[in-house]
Amino acid sequence: MSARAKVWWWVGGIAIFLYCLFPVVWIVSLSLKAPADLDDGRFLPSSVSWQNYELILSGSASELFLPALRNSVGICLIATAIAVVLAALCAYAVARLDFPGKAFVLGLSLAVSMFPVISIVTPLFNIWRSVGLFDTWAGLVIPYLSITLPLSIWTLTAFFREIPWEMEQAAQVDGATTAQAFRKVIVPLAGPGVATTAIIAFFLAWNDFVYGISLTSTEAARPVPAALAFFTGASQFEEPTGAISAAAVIVTIPVVVLVLLFQRQIVAGLTQGAVKG
Amino acid sequence: MSAATTAVPAAAEAARGTRRRAPLSDRRRQEARLGLLLASPAIVVLLAVVGYPILQAVWDSLFNYKLTNPDARSFVGLGNYGLILSDPIWWQALGVTVLITVVTVVVELVLGFALALVMNNALGALRPGLRTAILIPYAIITVVSAFAFRFMFDLTSGFVNAWLPFVGDDTDWFASFGTAVTVISISEIWKTTPFISLLLLSGLAQVPGELQEAAKVDGATWWQRMRRVTIPNMKAAIMVALLFRTLDAFRIFDNIFIMTNGAAGTESVSFLAYRQTIQRLEIGIGSAVSVLLTIAVALIALMFVKGFKVNLAASTRAGR
Repeated sequence: MSARAKVWWWVGGIAIFLYCLFPVVWIVSLSLKAPADLDDGRFLPSSVSWQNYELILSGSASELFLPALRNSVGICLIATAIAVVLAALCAYAVARLDFPGKAFVLGLSLAVSMFPVISIVTPLFNIWRSVGLFDTWAGLVIPYLSITLPLSIWTLTAFFREIPWEMEQAAQVDGATTAQAFRKVIVPLAGPGVATTAIIAFFLAWNDFVYGISLTSTEAARPVPAALAFFTGASQFEEPTGAISAAAVIVTIPVVVLVLLFQRQIVAGLTQGAVKG
Repeated sequence: MSAATTAVPAAAEAARGTRRRAPLSDRRRQEARLGLLLASPAIVVLLAVVGYPILQAVWDSLFNYKLTNPDARSFVGLGNYGLILSDPIWWQALGVTVLITVVTVVVELVLGFALALVMNNALGALRPGLRTAILIPYAIITVVSAFAFRFMFDLTSGFVNAWLPFVGDDTDWFASFGTAVTVISISEIWKTTPFISLLLLSGLAQVPGELQEAAKVDGATWWQRMRRVTIPNMKAAIMVALLFRTLDAFRIFDNIFIMTNGAAGTESVSFLAYRQTIQRLEIGIGSAVSVLLTIAVALIALMFVKGFKVNLAASTRAGR
């Protein structure tokens, strides 16, 4: 590669960094502006202020934000756990066993992952109100399975297909019991795929907005994305820009840290079982 | 699915078969039963969570049914559909949805391909860093990115008007249709292009190196190699990226809700369904809009799979 070409690839690379980070740096900088500086029209804050964070963590907006954070973490973890367990059983069967309806399993999960969430919300809104699941954790965990389960089935099937399952038999031939062979051979091989799937599924649930705003009405179950949309300022003339920015940064940090830690596996999981972004 | 992947289980099966010395058909039946048993919980949940509500929506869409007046519920057959399809609001929402879908998918495909090329060619220290950076937009929730872009273009808190030389400082981006749709599309593109570029990057990795070399030796220019060798060999990855992004863009909701709340004529089909059901409590009409949206999405998927001959089985496993 010529020196000139190299320079251009570097320029391209740096452009990608700017592209990816630009809106993130902006929302962080907005969250650090003092309330008086929020409308100064500058990209970076002239001085760093933690007032917005105080507002959502201990101030007047904390009554909205903290319960929402708790709801989001709890509901997304439960939905992810259920999805990964069910998907692991299903993906094991698809990857390893011969049974009728394999194609149907994969086709169904693909179809569901392409399904418009809003089409399910309409009937659920009515059903949940009559059975008492409206505005409850269970009322969100169940529909979140429509997001997390199909993706988990696809990604885990892709991962499980890569596992050399004969090694389990080889271990048994060498004198290991079935349980030992499973624990010592299969679990270490399947573990990373399961973890990656769980992370990707958690993202999707964490990202949900439609279910969040449609099937909840109070802080009893409302998740963070929905709560952000309902933030209001101290008066109707005041935009809650600072509070929203600070809350946005807080919900972004754990997710970005997870991505940075598991980037290699996530890229593999996304491209192998690419069902939805 | 492919020959390579079925070969391994087949060999394992053969090994198991000889070891246990059980009659083949018996073992087969047992395996089939176990497979169904393991797969069925997931299938039952999927059908219950998606299948049942959609059937309910089809049923509800046949009634004149308002939650504000539930006693007046009456059967109207396909009346709701007639009402919707003869209303300009539906066609406006459909038009906006198609417009945003086409614009974002085209831009994302071109931009995503450029990003994939850079990642494929970037050298040394830059490469792992790029793979990390590209995942950041993916990891950020849509609502947060929508807020970031809204505040960026906002009249009071934004800096865009001050930065762009050709727009006035008092330009309200969200006040008129063209500019509002532009900002909505930009935030959608920012968030989802990285996903496309990751898919295309794994497609790039599948292009045989020998073919590239041969074309180079034959004196093909960079552009000729791109058109004749690289892109044809990536067709599967491109098609899958297109399909997933098209279906995803067609459901656009979050960005619109945060940025304009449907004002300035930016209401999408998903937004229309939401407004009818959740805000206006028109269960009947909202259900009918939902069903129409489902049909539209199914038609798009069918069009891709039949028209472009996307082999989902092969291409979702792109990258090895």
